[in-house]
Amino acid sequence: MNLTLPTLPNGQVLNVLRAPSQVLSISGSQVDPSDASIVKLCADLVATMRVSPGCVGLAAPQVGISTQVLCVDVSGHPKARTSHGLIVLVNAEILEASRNEKGREGCMSVPDLTGDVKRATKITVAGQLPLSGERVLITTDAFEARALQHEIDHCDGMLFLDRVTSAHALHTRKVYLGPGNAGAS
Amino acid sequence: MTSLAITVVGHDRPGIIAQAAEVLSGCGMNLEDSSMTLLRGHFAMTLICAGEADAAAVEAALQPLLNGSLDVTVREVPEEPDLLPLGSTYLVTVHGADRLGIVARLAGVIAEAGGNITDLTTRLSGTLYVLVAEVDVPQSTDIESLQARLADVSAELGVDCTMRLLENDQL
Repeated sequence: MNLTLPTLPNGQVLNVLRAPSQVLSISGSQVDPSDASIVKLCADLVATMRVSPGCVGLAAPQVGISTQVLCVDVSGHPKARTSHGLIVLVNAEILEASRNEKGREGCMSVPDLTGDVKRATKITVAGQLPLSGERVLITTDAFEARALQHEIDHCDGMLFLDRVTSAHALHTRKVYLGPGNAGAS
Repeated sequence: MTSLAITVVGHDRPGIIAQAAEVLSGCGMNLEDSSMTLLRGHFAMTLICAGEADAAAVEAALQPLLNGSLDVTVREVPEEPDLLPLGSTYLVTVHGADRLGIVARLAGVIAEAGGNITDLTTRLSGTLYVLVAEVDVPQSTDIESLQARLADVSAELGVDCTMRLLENDQL
């Protein structure tokens, strides 16, 4: 089920921008997936996602680069059904989307709020792989579908805040400290 | 039968709602619509209740609740008819850097177009300001020009604004 990705160079961990950063509201440009700077950006996004606890996806605008580049990895996530492992896509677009369901989303760029957002639970996404530029189709569902739609939105300059379902769908993120965590800084 | 509007605002602690509901029940007041939330950590509750007790009696009964940390107001309100909106309901979402006047300007645009805000939540999170409003828009309102006007004012304010028809799945 895993996507066969070209080997990316070692990435560098980048700073993740927070709203109201302007770049998060701009639609990213389409880019050449074989361009060295884009390959590096892909690697950097993956490295940044890997070091961020609980992070299942990241898009280029979140690190201040307004392009259509994203990565997602929902491996092992309890809400995931289908999982393609690490996904890195350039110029991704949604071809088909169906079966909307509401779910609560958070975002590293909006760290203190969560929101109820309706997303398709069955989607087909087209995009290009970094380096080779090979065009791939990914059909997926459940949590991986939600993560991909969230990241594609980022590439289009949209946040989950733009899609909340009602005036009561915005929530302050609650941090639960277990006994082992209490007092940890 | 009287209808009373009650507000309770102040320092949050467990048991405020339980106590208030107990007092109202003791006064024979039936709790109808209510809304309770935390606003920047402050407890905030607004409710309408109906029964035979008058405002002064209920306010006196609620006194023990105050405890020095809560403000309570009670006043009689006339019965309002439940009106169904004649037009459509839209959801307006705004986010951007906090500044003075975001709500005033955008709510002004909505009011000018005849839109009625029926529910509104705003949150300040760091420097990020977020507003989500449900707006009943009469059929006579030109939606496209309202959307264009909201876009213009949002651009002036440096915030992002979307206005979407609220989906209602009738089952």
